[in-house]
Amino acid sequence: MAGVLFDGLAYGSLLFLVSLGLSVTMGLMNFVNLAHGAFAMAGGYVCVVAMNRYGVPFLAALPFAFAATAAAGAVLERLLYRRLYGASHLDQVLFSIGLAFMSVAAATWLFGAAQQPVRLPAFLRGQVHAFGADFGIYRIFLLAVVAASTLVLAALLGRTRFGAQVRAAVDDARAARGLGIDVDRVFTATFALGSGLAGLGGALGIEVLGLDPSFPLKFMVYFLLVVVVGGAGTLRGPLAAAMILGVCDVAAKYYVPQAGAFAIYGVMVLLLLAFPAGLFGRRA
Amino acid sequence: MSGAAPLASGRWRRAEIAFWLVPVACYFLFPGYRVLGSQVFIAALFALSLDLVLGYAGILSLGHAAYFGLGAYAAGLLAAHGWGEPLSGLVAAAAIAAAAGYLASFLVVRGEDLARLMVTLGLGLLLYEAANRGAGVTGGVDGLSGVSMDRLLGAFPFDLAGDTAYVYSLAVLFALFVFTRRLASSPFGLSLRAIRENRARMPAIGAPVRRRLVAAFTLGAAMAGVAGALLAQTTQFVGLDTLGFHRSAEVLIMLVLGGAGRLYGALIGTAVFMIAQDRLAELDPVYWQFWLGLLLVLLVFFARGGILGAAEAIARRAGRR
Repeated sequence: MAGVLFDGLAYGSLLFLVSLGLSVTMGLMNFVNLAHGAFAMAGGYVCVVAMNRYGVPFLAALPFAFAATAAAGAVLERLLYRRLYGASHLDQVLFSIGLAFMSVAAATWLFGAAQQPVRLPAFLRGQVHAFGADFGIYRIFLLAVVAASTLVLAALLGRTRFGAQVRAAVDDARAARGLGIDVDRVFTATFALGSGLAGLGGALGIEVLGLDPSFPLKFMVYFLLVVVVGGAGTLRGPLAAAMILGVCDVAAKYYVPQAGAFAIYGVMVLLLLAFPAGLFGRRA
Repeated sequence: MSGAAPLASGRWRRAEIAFWLVPVACYFLFPGYRVLGSQVFIAALFALSLDLVLGYAGILSLGHAAYFGLGAYAAGLLAAHGWGEPLSGLVAAAAIAAAAGYLASFLVVRGEDLARLMVTLGLGLLLYEAANRGAGVTGGVDGLSGVSMDRLLGAFPFDLAGDTAYVYSLAVLFALFVFTRRLASSPFGLSLRAIRENRARMPAIGAPVRRRLVAAFTLGAAMAGVAGALLAQTTQFVGLDTLGFHRSAEVLIMLVLGGAGRLYGALIGTAVFMIAQDRLAELDPVYWQFWLGLLLVLLVFFARGGILGAAEAIARRAGRR
């Protein structure tokens, strides 16, 4: 019981880390980005390549995953995403599905369709026995990394000048422009940050979520769900949503394996019905 | 979706009649492609049903395959359990898909774009997973086999060359197209278009927005169900992929490629898409997916309104000169 709960929380924290960027683009900037999972996948592949081909240790590969996907996000935002901020949701959906399809095909071409193995360092393997249950060390590590990232992020958004600019630009781009904030650059930086976090989540998640070219479409629903259920504009909304989802998914797979993914989709529809504006939603 | 289409009068233009003569001519000109032809008509009917929902009512759906698959399984299961009469199978599939669409529409209609997208996506995945898990009834991943059809109208057997399938699906597509075309120029169709353009204003002139959208979604689901049933009957097999996300995405692509909100866009987009897919089938499916993605991105940036939208723009420019 405690073990399932713990695994669920670790899984949820991973969903939260990946979904944070989407929570900003979709929740606050009102851009439907179905290709967000592609950034997470890219982070995973960067990590795998760095480790297996160049012998970079796992912990050192994580910053690479973050930086590479953040750079990719910045470039794509400048070239493509930016032009569609004012477009209809249909255009955004088509564009981002197209991007997701291309990323799937590209990943298959580059790395093949197989699951990518990752070899964790010895000190992250194994289990700790406490309170009558076993806790995987890697999952403890995962929770710690996500907790640390969240605290850093909360401080960044809540206490720094950059954070204030982000909040202002996202809230009312016109007024922010009038105050002399370089809104375009803030959006690029925000998008890059979100993509980088997704990449970091993807790299951390190889062990938990797996990594193969179908990743962006397989987990698309989960990321969307965290954002939609969590509501826009806060950190705690997506956090709570991700934890609920993570625990439900792990518990369902553990206790009713024959139901499979059915449980999580059921939870999804129920949550959408019960909280149309998100758990801590504020109506736009 | 600029609403550029004129308020169509009921009269058929010459170009339209010529358009419908093409598939008739193809029957005689390309006898080797009748199976592909029937697949194109079925997909076109599916795209047409999405046009009603998305192009006219403006409901963004990422799970339209749910109703296609429901219709396919309904018709397939009927035939697999001894009821092989095709036309009544179509009616039953339409009824079941319509009932599901009607129930779902209340969840779909009340939200904004984002919520609609999530609910349609979620319901689609839910149904897919249900069919996947209910292998005892649906055959699960292996698909539903043992579908055996009676002769169409008691006279025409479904053959491997696809002769019956070609004529059958073309006839059903044409009949439902005539119906949709009539519907689109009716007060009902006009009010759908008006809701799409300005939802807040419609209640002010006394239009029941909710009821109209529910009706449009239900009709769209019923038509998708008929398309699915046609596929099940003509191929005598139902695969799990009839319910899959890829099918929902593909039909969206076909519709947008041709141009949404124009009826003929659904047909032209489907034909172009399916024929291209057939030609490129020798390539690895992975590459096909890449080009598909690229096509989507290019469409969004350079050709909003799809093929018909581009044609209209060219015609307008030529007319101005």
